[in-house]
Amino acid sequence: MLELAIGIILGCCALGAGCAMIAGIGPGIGEGNAVAKACEAIGRQPESKGAVTSTMLMGCAVAETTGLYALVIAILLIFVAPNTFVNLLLRVIG
Amino acid sequence: MGNKSRLFRAVDVLLIVMMILPIAAAITLKVLTTPPGEGITITGARILLTIPMPVQDLLITESQVNSWLVMISIFALFLFMTHGLKVKADTKRQLAVEWIVQKVEGLVRENMGDYFHGFAPFIAAILALSAFSSLLSLFGLYPPTSDLNVTAGWAILVFLIITYYKCKCGPVYYLKGFLEPVAFLAPINFISEFATPVSMAFRHYGNVLSGTVVSTLIAAALAGLTRIVLGWLPGFLGDIPFLRLGLPAILSIYFDIFSGCLQAFIFAMLSMMFISGAFPMEDYFARQAKKKAKQK
Repeated sequence: MLELAIGIILGCCALGAGCAMIAGIGPGIGEGNAVAKACEAIGRQPESKGAVTSTMLMGCAVAETTGLYALVIAILLIFVAPNTFVNLLLRVIG
Repeated sequence: MGNKSRLFRAVDVLLIVMMILPIAAAITLKVLTTPPGEGITITGARILLTIPMPVQDLLITESQVNSWLVMISIFALFLFMTHGLKVKADTKRQLAVEWIVQKVEGLVRENMGDYFHGFAPFIAAILALSAFSSLLSLFGLYPPTSDLNVTAGWAILVFLIITYYKCKCGPVYYLKGFLEPVAFLAPINFISEFATPVSMAFRHYGNVLSGTVVSTLIAAALAGLTRIVLGWLPGFLGDIPFLRLGLPAILSIYFDIFSGCLQAFIFAMLSMMFISGAFPMEDYFARQAKKKAKQK
């Protein structure tokens, strides 16, 4: 019975981590848009390449934040949560 | 080259040794503290020492030790670069130092305005510490920036500076800022105030850590693939992961070098923008002018 419970905990943590990383779609689309627009801008005004590139990198990094929040949640679910939950379970059982 | 005295050379050599020694010490420490027989694993920072304290035990972790060693290394590097400066630059290292100082001052002036030009050393320090900490993973060491505690410490420091500049017009002005644009948005403003350091810390930490995790996973997968494909080789040849040559190095250019330096730049850039954006410059100067008029 205990094995089953621990198995459920581990499996759900892994599933949760996978689900959390669905959030990677958003930053992907956003950064793609940003880079596409930057390419357009450089095509229109090649002399402003430096400024456009640094602004784009900056914007990409900020847009990445939501994806990184998801990553942090996923990492917590994989490396930290199983231990915590199993310990909690063992303490509840006694 | 002949005009340099023997003492000058000796100091040079000493400083170079001081630069390399911390890295060597970190590698030795890593080799000594890694338990034997451990394959590729993803672990957090190892706890090296526990100092008992009344409320909570003080843990000295790998990330702390590594960041101290990086600090010593950077200190020695810049002592080496700035030692023996002359009014007219005639050595390569003085030209390099002057280039760095000019670049950072230009960056700070461009992004923060003239009022904040004194921030250049702070920004340069954050930039150097963060970039060198991330680059530590090139030596196979644990990069301190992939520990949330380290980046959170920096972010809290920046947050304190931001709050200091927001309070420049007095605490009442600062508290009134939460009621903008309408009063009932105050809780949301309060949350967004604390979202700044949290997002800064998570951004830097998440980027470096994700690079480490992805490159470790790929290295592990390539070792497994070698065992399947080339496992038939006789003797110890079958144990060497040949397929691990090459690809991880290419990935490391992106994950370790490019991403590490980019995140350092972005952390510095964001702290510059937040600090200069937090300062209500016009109101502050109007207030100063009013105070002066009153005194007269």
